[in-house]
Parts: sequence; C-alpha cells; structure tokens
Amino acid sequence: MYSYSEFDTAFLAERNRQFRQQVERRVSGALTEDEFKPLRLMNGLYLQLHAYMLRVAIPYGTLNSAKMRTLAEIAERWDKGYGHFTTRQNIQYNWPELKDVPDMLDALAEVGMHAIQTSGNTIRNVTADHFAGAAADEIADPRPVAELMRQWSTDHPEFQFMPRKFKIAITGSPNDRAVTKAHDIGIRMVERDGARGYEIIVGGGLGRTPMIGKVINDFLPEADLLPYLEAIVSVWNQIGRRDNKYKARIKITVHEHGIDEIRRLVDERFEETRKTFSGVDVQMLREIEEHFAAPAFITKSEAPFKDAYHNDPVFRSWADTNLTAHKADGYKIVSISLKKHGDTPGDATADQMRLMADLAEEFAHDELRISHEQNVILPHVHVSDLPAIHARLKEAGLATANIGLISDIIACPGMDYCALATARSIPIAQEIATAFDDLKREHEIGALKIKISGCINACGHHHVGHIGILGLDRAGVENYQITLGGDHTEQAKVGDRVGPGFSADDVVPAVERIVDTYLDLRTDETEEFIDTYRRTGLAPFKAALYPETKVAAE
Amino acid sequence: MPKAFTPKVVTANHLLAGDVIYQTADGWTRKLEEAEVLTDEADADLRLIEASQQVDEVVGAYLADVAVEDGVPVPTHFRETFRATGPSNYAHGKQVELS
Repeated sequence: MYSYSEFDTAFLAERNRQFRQQVERRVSGALTEDEFKPLRLMNGLYLQLHAYMLRVAIPYGTLNSAKMRTLAEIAERWDKGYGHFTTRQNIQYNWPELKDVPDMLDALAEVGMHAIQTSGNTIRNVTADHFAGAAADEIADPRPVAELMRQWSTDHPEFQFMPRKFKIAITGSPNDRAVTKAHDIGIRMVERDGARGYEIIVGGGLGRTPMIGKVINDFLPEADLLPYLEAIVSVWNQIGRRDNKYKARIKITVHEHGIDEIRRLVDERFEETRKTFSGVDVQMLREIEEHFAAPAFITKSEAPFKDAYHNDPVFRSWADTNLTAHKADGYKIVSISLKKHGDTPGDATADQMRLMADLAEEFAHDELRISHEQNVILPHVHVSDLPAIHARLKEAGLATANIGLISDIIACPGMDYCALATARSIPIAQEIATAFDDLKREHEIGALKIKISGCINACGHHHVGHIGILGLDRAGVENYQITLGGDHTEQAKVGDRVGPGFSADDVVPAVERIVDTYLDLRTDETEEFIDTYRRTGLAPFKAALYPETKVAAE
Repeated sequence: MPKAFTPKVVTANHLLAGDVIYQTADGWTRKLEEAEVLTDEADADLRLIEASQQVDEVVGAYLADVAVEDGVPVPTHFRETFRATGPSNYAHGKQVELS
C-alpha cells in the first residue's frame, strides 16, 4: 500500500489548515454561503437534506486496518456511529457538524486520507477493480497506476475549474469489475507482443444521458499514459460545453464531435503534452509499484477449510457465494456483504469497521478493499483461516451469503439523505431483499444484479443493472421506472426501459414478476438472468409486467 | 389567472448543525408544527428575504408548501415529509432525536 511521502503529508496539512480557517470565517459570517460553497465542495463537504455530508476518498478502494479503524473512530466521535460506502469507493458520513469537519479532516490526514476532489468540477477519486492485486484473472495490479493518476490529478492547476466533474476508472483484468465503460475515461491494462500498455476508453457515463464509452486508443504505450490523459482532459476542458451543465460531461463532447474528431484533437494536443513529461512520471510509477508489492503468501494445510466446508452448511453456503478465485495457491478473495437483508446497502457501523480491520490485520495481510458494489473485500485470505473469519463475521452481522445475488443490491442514498434525490432508493432495496429472503429463493434465482438510483444522476448505476430501478417524482408521488438487460462489465450495455413506471408499493411485485418470468424462460439453472434476457429480449418480460397491454394488442 | 397562493413556511438548514429548521414569528424551530404558517404572498416573500439575510445562522432558506391540519402545518410533498421526520430506512437522525 502506498505510504505518503513528506510532500504528500505537508500538502495535506496545508490544505487542512486553509480549510479550518475557511470554516472559521464562514461561522463568523465573514464568508457568505455563496462564497463558502465552492470551498467546502473542494474538500468534499456537502449540505444534504438533514445535515452536512462529508465524502472521504478511498483511493482505488484500498485500505489497511489503521485507515479502517480511523474511519470507525470518525463515525463514532463526530457522526452517528456509522458510515456509508458508495459506488465510487468513497465513504460518506451523513451527520457531521460544520465546526467538527476540520478535526475530522485532521484525523484522516493522520492515516494518509483526505476528502480532496471528492466533489466539484475536478478529477474525482480514481476507482479501480476491487479485486486488484489479488484476482486470478489479472494481467497486472492497476493500483500503482491509479496512485500515479491520483498524484497527477490532485490539485492539478489546469483541472480545478472544468466544465463538470471527471471520473476515471482502471482495471488490470479482462473481466471488467470497475465499470470502465461508464466513466469519463476508462483504462484497461492490456498486453501486446509482450509489452504492457493501456486501452483508453473515453466518453462513457450514466446520468441523464447514459453512454457507453468508446475506444480512443486501443494500445497506448505505458510511458505515454499521463501526457495522453492530460491531452484528453485538456481538449475537453477547452471545447466541453459550459453553457448547459447537462451537456457538459465529456460523453456529450464525444457524442457531438464524434470519436474520430476527438481522437484527432487529442493526438494534436498530445504532441504538446508529451514534451512536458520528461519520463519522471514513469520513474515515479516504478517507485509507487514498490509500495504495492504482493504480500508474502504462505503455504499451509487446507484441512480446516475442508472440514468446515463439509460439516457446516451455513459456512458452505457463504463460501460458495462470497469467495472468488485468487492468483495464489491456497488463497481466496473474501467479499464481506454489507447487504444484510433489510439493512441499508453499503452502511457499516463503527464496530463492524473495527472488526473488518481486525480480520484484515490478523488474516489478510492487512489489506481491505471497498467495492463499487458497496461491499468490503479481504483480498488475500488463506483458505484455512476462512472458518475463523466466517465465525467472527457472523457474530457481527456481516456473514450474509448473498454476493452477486438478488439481494446484493446497489442503492444510492436517495431521498432518505440526498438533497438531489427525486425519490427514495434504500427502502426499495430493503423491501426487495427482505421479500426474496422470506421466500429463500435467491440462491435458486442465481446471479442477478439490481441497481437502484433515487434520481436521474444515476449514482446507483441503474442503467447498467440487470434490473435497473430509477426513482422519480411524478406529480408529487414516488414513481419507479424499470430497465432490464443493463450490463456493467466489459460487455457494457445500457438497460432497456420496460414501460410506464410503478408506484412504490408496486415495485417489489414487479420485480417478482420479472424473476418469475426468468425462471419460466431459462433453459436450465446454469443460464443466468442476463443470458436469458439477451436470448429472449424484452418482450416476454414486458408481457408479464403489463398484461393489460397484451390483452389490448390482441 | 395567477395561481392562488397556498400556505407556506420558511425553511432552511442550520449553518452549524446543518439540520432542518423552520421559521417562527420570532426565531427558528426544529419542529415543523411550531413553524409560522404564512398565508399572504407578500408577507411570505418578506419573511423569506428576512430569513435569507441571516447568513451567519441559516443556509438555503426557501418557502415550502404546507397544509394546515388541526391548526398545525403538515407537509404536502413527500420531500418535505422526510425533511421533517428524517431518514425512512430506519428511524435515526436529528429529527428523531427531537421527538
């Protein structure tokens, strides 16, 4: 894991000192809200429906136990004892008081964390595959490159007042778990003729106008990454629209100018930016890579795992659902579900955070990851330790065996917290999870991703959910639009809208009808929901959801 | 024909705590039922201006629609209901602590 240099530490201390003074001036009335707002947003501080909200960056979703314990301490000391992990691998505190925020930021700085550029029209927290450095299918660990980009983009003088926010995601695996095609820039690490390079995807995004990103460069040599990214952001910063915030994101720029013209402009600009990078960036990447060296994996008996797997059906169910193949023999990646049925997706209490920190320290080479699917990952666990980990997770309410199933739902905070929301999303997630748990159907249903957003901005990634749910305000009543067939992987696709929306009371029955239709249609239990949908298309699902339409058509 | 004026309250967030507050005849309250109901448009506009000038105390003042039931204001839109009662995923937050 990257440790801050003296430069990083000094920079953060100075930023925090400045913000403390800005808060003091706001409290005294010397700054108006209009003057203060851009300053607080630069430091991740929002004013939401019921309180301020502090969004803390977890760069590329990587934590160690010390960082996780600090997140727990902050939740307990200055918030209401919990935090909310988000789809951008951040953590949000929902209840800080303005006067406490400078102390919270100082506490974060102690462990090398911050809230800089988690808001505002800047390059946001760089996200990465949450299995990075551990996955069996990985070409290379993307986190050193993500850290290089974090350093490059933080306080970058050219990119502090852009047309709109800018999000970058990177994966080192051909199986895209980082949603790279729905980011302003998506980066896929690739190899060609033995050389490492990057496929650069540009202009993806969800929100009001969902777009799947387009390949602007199918093989960018490793040494060219930062000057090339700088060229892309620079071109957009100049020609991106500032007249209409809904048309300001780079996806619209790419759409309006066409990918070929954007490529030409970027190549032209790249000729200039390339000269300004002397190779020091590549040298820095080499240094950063040393921080991310793989832990010293050990070899020991797998008997405790085999015994527990054979004798304990609860453990077996969890192991079958929440483990992923690891690159090292005898190791697994553990996904800890923050989706206990009926709870708020992505929330963890301070005690739960501490337990996960303890488990990471004792059993997982002191590493933790936050996934964009709002779960916590122990990336390096020897299978012999899994029974002990499971037992302790169970005591803390963290052993739900539902990763990738229908109750492993992404849900944005929605109108329960968010000032932008047009409807609630969390209660819909709670109801769906509870309904399917009551019937004990989710393992029979198999892999199915539901993603819920409480407004058109799509923080809940609804467009790329197998079942996407979007909450809207229709004439003063919550109304939910459903899309089907979305996909967030390397086969990224925006879902198809099924038809008119559903009331809050009708959403769960609608999801049940969709699931029943799938179970009727699937060839056998190996055909997952998304594959059935791809085979049959929308029609049978539409007929199940709107039987009256079918009758009218006949 | 201009739309008839409907009853309103002035609401905002408290600068320091960030929580939801409502204007009373002589200050602010955290309870909607204690808010001053404004039934005259000119009066409401004036009260909003007064609230907006209190820059060292409140943030983002605006007029919110209410209905009057049993003599007390109640929200007419679900957004204002959640602002008045707190998150609905489970009962917690500053509004719950008040009640």
